[in-house]
Amino acid sequence: MARKKIREYDSKRLLKEHLKRLVHIDLPICSAQVTESTDFTELLEKESWLSQRRLVVKPDMLFGKRGKSGLVALNLDFAGAVEFIKKRLGQEIEIEGCKGPITTFIIEPFIPHKEEYYLAISSERLGFNISFSECGGIEIEENWDKVNSIFLPTKSPLTDEAIAPLIADLPSEIGKKIGNFMKGVFAVFQDLDFSFIEMNPFTLVDGEAYPLDMRGELDENAAFKNEDKWGNLEFPLPFGRVLSPEESFILDLNDKTSASLKFTLLNPKGRIWNMIAGGGASLIYTDTVGDLGCATELGNYTEYGGPSEEEMLKLARVILDCATANPDGRKRSILIGGNIANLTDVGATFDGIIRALKEKKSELKEANIHIYVRRGGPNYLTGLAKMQAVGEELGIPVEVYGPEAVMTGICNRAIEGM
Amino acid sequence: MGEREAISSFHSYFLFSSLCAEAMATGQLFSRTTQALFYNYKQLPIQRMLDFDFLCGRETPSVAGIINPGAEGFQKLFFGQEEIAIPVHSTIEAACAAHPTADVFINFASFRSAAASSMSALKQPTIRVVAIIAEGVPESDTKQLIAYARSNNKVVIGPATVGGIQAGAFKIGDTAGTIDNIVQCKLYRPGSVGFVSKSGGMSNEMYNTIARVTDGIYEGIAIGGDVFPGSTLSGHILRFNNIPQIKMMVVLGELGGRDEYSLVEALKQGKVNKPVVAWVSGTCARLFKSEVQFGHAGAKSGGEMESAQAKNQALKEAGAVVPTSYEAFEDAIKETFEKLVEEGKITPVKEVKPPQIPEDLNSAIKSGKVRAPTHIISTISDDRGEEPCYAGVPMSSIVEQGFGVGDVISLLWFKRSLPRYCTKFIEICIMLCADHGPCVSGAHNTIVTARAGKDLVSSLVSGLLTIGPRFGGAIDDAARYFKDAYDRGLTPYEFVESMKKKGIRVPGIGHRIKRGDNRDKRVELLQLFARTNFPSVKYMEYAVQVETYTLSKANNLVLNVDGAIGSLFLDLLAGSGMFTKQEIDEIIEIGYLNGLFVLARSIGLIGHTFDQKRLKQPLYRHPWEDVLYTK
Repeated sequence: MARKKIREYDSKRLLKEHLKRLVHIDLPICSAQVTESTDFTELLEKESWLSQRRLVVKPDMLFGKRGKSGLVALNLDFAGAVEFIKKRLGQEIEIEGCKGPITTFIIEPFIPHKEEYYLAISSERLGFNISFSECGGIEIEENWDKVNSIFLPTKSPLTDEAIAPLIADLPSEIGKKIGNFMKGVFAVFQDLDFSFIEMNPFTLVDGEAYPLDMRGELDENAAFKNEDKWGNLEFPLPFGRVLSPEESFILDLNDKTSASLKFTLLNPKGRIWNMIAGGGASLIYTDTVGDLGCATELGNYTEYGGPSEEEMLKLARVILDCATANPDGRKRSILIGGNIANLTDVGATFDGIIRALKEKKSELKEANIHIYVRRGGPNYLTGLAKMQAVGEELGIPVEVYGPEAVMTGICNRAIEGM
Repeated sequence: MGEREAISSFHSYFLFSSLCAEAMATGQLFSRTTQALFYNYKQLPIQRMLDFDFLCGRETPSVAGIINPGAEGFQKLFFGQEEIAIPVHSTIEAACAAHPTADVFINFASFRSAAASSMSALKQPTIRVVAIIAEGVPESDTKQLIAYARSNNKVVIGPATVGGIQAGAFKIGDTAGTIDNIVQCKLYRPGSVGFVSKSGGMSNEMYNTIARVTDGIYEGIAIGGDVFPGSTLSGHILRFNNIPQIKMMVVLGELGGRDEYSLVEALKQGKVNKPVVAWVSGTCARLFKSEVQFGHAGAKSGGEMESAQAKNQALKEAGAVVPTSYEAFEDAIKETFEKLVEEGKITPVKEVKPPQIPEDLNSAIKSGKVRAPTHIISTISDDRGEEPCYAGVPMSSIVEQGFGVGDVISLLWFKRSLPRYCTKFIEICIMLCADHGPCVSGAHNTIVTARAGKDLVSSLVSGLLTIGPRFGGAIDDAARYFKDAYDRGLTPYEFVESMKKKGIRVPGIGHRIKRGDNRDKRVELLQLFARTNFPSVKYMEYAVQVETYTLSKANNLVLNVDGAIGSLFLDLLAGSGMFTKQEIDEIIEIGYLNGLFVLARSIGLIGHTFDQKRLKQPLYRHPWEDVLYTK
C-alpha cells in the first residue's frame, strides 16, 4: 500500500464530481473510457455528446508524452474515434523502454483553445507544493523556468495571498478565475487524499477553467476513509507491467491478508531465486545478487512479512514452481533469507516453506536446486534445524546460517559453482 | 514519468529545503528512568520491554501505564522474577494525568485509528515522544502529526516502524527482538554508535552487525518505511550529533524519497562533526524495467534523484563514508570505528554481565526444556483448528450435512454420530418437554424472577433450580427402575409390589388428569415413532405391561410422558448397537436423561422470561388471602 497512480479518466471523474460537491464549481468536461469490453452502441447511448461533438482520443495508460509519441488523435467524429481505437487496441507499443499493449483509451470533446496553463499540486512532507505556469503544454520541460511555485505548509489554508505569486502576471479577471479554480482543485486534493495532481494543460472555455490533460495519484493507505468518495476505482499497474499468472495469484493473495506477500518474476530462466523476509532485507539481497554480477540470473523479487503457514506455503509453491520450471542440468539456487527477525517466529514461518519443499521433491532434484538459508530471530534454531533435516530427507543440498553469519553471505554461496 | 517528474521533484526539493531544516528536539530522547504509556494492550511487546528493563538493571519498569480504550484496571506482567500490576486506563488523558512523568507514548493502534490517538497523545503536555507502529496510516494524517510535532517541539517515530532503542536504558515495543538477540547485540549497555534506518527488520540486523565490529549501539531508531515518516534520517543524525556519548553514526537508507538529501545538506553545511557511515539500499531497482513498488511504501523507483545510486553518490560527495555495496558496509563501519579508537576518541566500554531473565513457561515448553501438567481435560470439542469440531466433526460438515440439534446432542453428549432415527427421537423428546404451561414450579419461579426485574439468566436458572426429584426428575428415575426391573427379569407384578414395599411410587406412572381411557397423546406419539423406527422396543413393551398392571389398580396410573421417554431411551441405547453395556449403565447413572429435560425446559423458561418482560409485568407478590397464617 502506498501512492498509486490512477487513470486520467478517473482523475477527471473525481475532480468533476467533488469540485461540484465541495466548492460548487461545475466543470463542463465529459470523458468516456474505452477498453476491450466496451460496446460502442451502449457507450453512445450513455454519452450522447459523443455523436454531437468533435472528439479527442488518447491512450489512458499512466504514461505521458502521448502527443509526442503520436498517440493522440484530434478533431475526429465518433466513427473516426472508433476507427482510431480499434486500430490500436491491444497493439504493443514501447514508451521509454517499457513495452506493453494499449488496453484503455479516453475519449473527450475536442476543445480548440489558445491558452495552455500548467497546474501541479504535490503532497510533500511538510506541506504542499503548488506550481503554475502560463506556458503549459507539451513544451513544459523546455519552459520550466516559467513555472512559478509556492510551498504551502501543512496546516495553512490556500488563501488569495498564498496564490498571488503564482498568478501575478495574469490579467486580474483571469487571475481571479484561475485562483478560484486552484482553490477548488486543492480542496478536492485534500478531501480525497490525493498525493499528486497535474494538469498539463488546462485552458479556459467561456472564461472558465477546463482541464485538457490530467494526471492523478492517490494515497492508497487512505482507501478506508474514501470508499464512497473514490467510488469504483481501479489502480492500474504501471505501463508495461503485465502480470504473469503467478504474479496475479500472489497479488490476489496479498490483497486478502494482513500479511505482506510480494512476488515479481524477473527472469523465468534465471538460476537464483529469492524467498526473502522483510521489506528492507529483500531489497538488500536483491542488490547483493546484482553487486555480485549475477543480476541476469535473478529469477524473482520476493518479499514477505507476517504470513500464516498456509500463506507461506502458497507463496513458496509459486516460487518453487518457477525455480524448477526450466531445468537444464546446471546448478540453481534458492535463497531463503532475511534479517534477524524482531518478532516473527522463524520456526513457524519455515513450516510453510518446508511443506512446499516436500511437495516438490522430484522437481527440486531434477532442477539441481541448492538451498541456502540464513535467518535469525525468535525460534530460529528450531527453524534452521528443520531446514537442515528436510534437506537430508529429500536429498537436496541445504546450507543453513544463523545470525552469526553476514546476512547476505548466502548470496556468495549461491553463486559459487554456478 | 521519468524526466519531467525528476525535474519537478528536484525543483520542489530545493524550494522547501530551507524550510525543512531540523526542528526536532535535539539530543537525548530517552534515559534509564524514561517511562512510557502503551496504547492498545499487547502482552508480548510490553513484556519484552520489561524484560529489557530487567536486563539493563533498571529500577523502574519502562511502561508506567497502559491505555486500552474502554477498559480499566491492571495488567499483570513480569518484571524479572516478580509479577507487577501495571495500571490500565481507558483514555489517554486519564493515563497522562495518572503518570505525569511518563513522556513517551507507544502506539500499537491499527492503521485506522493510529493517527487520531497519536494526535491526542501529542496534545498532552506530558508527552514528548510518540512512536507509531501501524503500517498503512494515510499520508495526510501523518502530515498533520508531523506539523503538530514540529510546532510543539515533539518527536514522532514511525509510522510503520518497530520503534527504537537506547542501549541499556529504554526500548520501544518489539525492537531488537528476543532477549537472546539483545544479549548477543550487547544492547543491555551503551556503546558509542548511533544508528538510524528506515527498515525495522534491518535495524535489528544492523544492531548485530554493529555489535560485531564496534563497541555497540548507543541509540538506534527505525524511522519506518512510509513516504513521509514522522521523523527523518537526518533529524535523528543531527540529534545524535548532539549526544556526547555517540562517537559515530551509521545510516541505512533506501531508494525512494529525498530524506537522504537533507542529510547531504546537513553534512555539506558542516552541521555534523562526527563520522557518518551510510548506505542506501535499492541499487537493484535498475534491474526492473517498469516502476516497482518494493517492500516499503516509500521504496519506489521514482526519478533518478531518488535512486539508491544517486543518493549514495551524493552522501559520499558530502563526506559520508559510503561503501561500494551492502556487503562492504560492515567493513566500512569497522574501519571507521577502529580509526576513532586509534585517535583515542572512544572510551572503552565497561563490560557488565546482564542478569539471567527467567524463561517463560510457554517458551520453555515449546523448546522442550520443561513439561507442565494440564489442569483441564476435554474430549468432546476442540476450537483450536481452522474451525471448531464437535467430537471430531468440523462445524462445516455439521451444517453442510444438514445435521439437527439431535445430531449435535449426540456428538457432544454421546461423542458419536447416532443414526438419524435416534437423533430424531431426541429432538421429539426436546420438543415435547420444552414447556408445560406457566403453573409448574419451574415456569412459576421463572415468571416470579422475571417480574422481580432480574435478567434472562437469573430468571432461567431460578426456574431450572426447581428441577429435581419432584419436578422433572422422573425420566431418569423411570429409566433406572424400569431397566433394573427388566434386566433382573422381574414381572410387572413383582416390580410394582417390590416398589410399594419400599414405599417408592413407580416413577413414570401416574398422571394428574389422564386416565386409562384418555391416554396422554404425547405418549402415544412417542410409542408410535419408536414402533415404526426402533429395531427393538423391549423396554417400552415392559413399561406398557407395568402400566397394564397399575391400571388394574387405579385408573389414573397411566404411563406418563416421563415413563415413556425413560423406557424408550433404554431401547434407543440398547437397540442402536452403538453402546456397550457399561456405557449404557454409565449414561443412566450420570443422569443424561435429566439433561434432556433441563435442555428442553430451558426453551420454555426462556420463553416465559421474554413473555413477562414483553408484558411489562410488575413485581409479583403472593396475596395474603392465599396464605394460611397459623401458629
